[in-house]
Amino acid sequence: MSESPVISAKNMSLIFQTNDGPVHALENINLDIFAGEFVSFIGPSGCGKTTFLRAIADLEQPTSGTINVNGMSPKEARKNRAYGYVFQAAALLPWRNVEKNVALPLEIVGASAKEKQKHIARTLKMVDLEGFEKKFPWQLSGGMQQRVSIARALAYDAKILLMDEPFGALDEIVRDHLNEQLLKLWEKSNSTICFVTHSIPEAVYLSTKIVVMSPRPGKITDIIINTLPKERPLEIRESKDFLDIAHKVREGLRASHSYGED
Amino acid sequence: MIRKIFSSRAFAILTILFALLIIWYVAAIKLNMPWQLNAYERAGIENWSYSQFIKDTLNQDRPVLPSAHQVFTEIYKTTFLKKITSKRSLIYHAWITLSATLLGFAIGTILGIFIAIGIVHNKVLDRSLMAWIIASQTIPILAIAPMIIVVLNAIGLSGLLPKALISTYLSFFPVAVGMVKGFRSPSNILLDLMRTYNASKRQIFFKLLWPSSLPYLFTSMKVAIAISLVGAIVGELPTGAVAGLGARLLTGSYYGQTVQIWAALFMAAILAAILVMLVGLVEKQINKYMGFAR
Repeated sequence: MSESPVISAKNMSLIFQTNDGPVHALENINLDIFAGEFVSFIGPSGCGKTTFLRAIADLEQPTSGTINVNGMSPKEARKNRAYGYVFQAAALLPWRNVEKNVALPLEIVGASAKEKQKHIARTLKMVDLEGFEKKFPWQLSGGMQQRVSIARALAYDAKILLMDEPFGALDEIVRDHLNEQLLKLWEKSNSTICFVTHSIPEAVYLSTKIVVMSPRPGKITDIIINTLPKERPLEIRESKDFLDIAHKVREGLRASHSYGED
Repeated sequence: MIRKIFSSRAFAILTILFALLIIWYVAAIKLNMPWQLNAYERAGIENWSYSQFIKDTLNQDRPVLPSAHQVFTEIYKTTFLKKITSKRSLIYHAWITLSATLLGFAIGTILGIFIAIGIVHNKVLDRSLMAWIIASQTIPILAIAPMIIVVLNAIGLSGLLPKALISTYLSFFPVAVGMVKGFRSPSNILLDLMRTYNASKRQIFFKLLWPSSLPYLFTSMKVAIAISLVGAIVGELPTGAVAGLGARLLTGSYYGQTVQIWAALFMAAILAAILVMLVGLVEKQINKYMGFAR
């Protein structure tokens, strides 16, 4: 491709020093992510998929190799507020209502009251939570809380969205619904999404590119380009194409990971 | 209807109160009996009836253990029947102690918060300060109070402030310990979140750490205000103070006025209960404001 990647990792390794000796969380990661892509990271626990996301976000620093975000170091990108991050838990501030929670990043950037109002309205509309502005987190279901946290991540209009198993704690019905919404949101916002997940159907349903990873040390074993059309109704998950790609992902996971070791 | 009365909270409280009163009166009769028998003997009274004996036992001038009605009559007489400005008014004495309590509590709370801020933001303070703070509380306050008063007097400080500082000495501790815990209560996810926003230290403190620590602050403040009162009373003892609940305890013990001592003790207890309740009320309002009230 001619355009330059939004996120680019080259020979990146990350080693944690623990009391039990060094842990090779990531080894020799080479990956380019381009604007507008929806990239899923899938693999068993300990394969470093969350660590890679955190390295993009400058929450962890690579031990060797490089990683660039928008052509900058992750630290510069973070300071430029290049991305929004959605954590495994909704992580809302319990003393702030929905609108104040979404406003938090805007307050930190120093946005004007008018701007805040505009972005709150825009993002709450995106996650379908209009009318819930004055509700406190404890008044919302788990799925709604996670939607608020997505709205918050979108609040200052970052072009990159990093999502770390955002729907992992939710039941399947809510999850399906949120997956559908997330696709619409991705289309509308024109952003680049990096999405960590445990679920093969979720990865296949959502992404344009699926990165399969394996643990000890964490590395990329396969990158699968998803050929499904951009328009994806929930029923597509019963189609042959869908099942074929899911099968490919499963094969990739199996090849890279001998279950006997565990 | 009857079942409702039996299971009500008021009934439970009244039952306990009634039981305590019975224990109190039995103890009062038992403890004051020897002196009463002695008094009859000295006066040469031989034909006393039991009802007369019990009545006399419970109404001695200087009983070993005053009876409940004596204590409450004394409280009533010294609060409602005396002018507030009178040196014999318990309200006057309570106010003297209360003002030292509140000043000491305010200084102690602010000091405790600042110590906690120092500890969570500075590794050196974190490693060194806590041990000293805990050590400071192992020294009996009764031993150190006279020295604080004497030292402060020597540098020209007297009156309200030295007493308040003894309250501070006691009350900063629970606030400091509670707030260290409170400032460290936000989860790693929330701290990471603030980092992704590139939030400044100041923003992290005011938008995350401070609001997270408020529940801890109020719990600590309830402990702190009660021991502030203890501190103020203790501060009045070694100075031979002429006013304050501590002074009432002191003069009471000089002259064997047990009724006066007990009245002052009850006043202190009532005061402590009111203060803790007030902190609780403020807490409730803040919780409501912060959306915690469900």
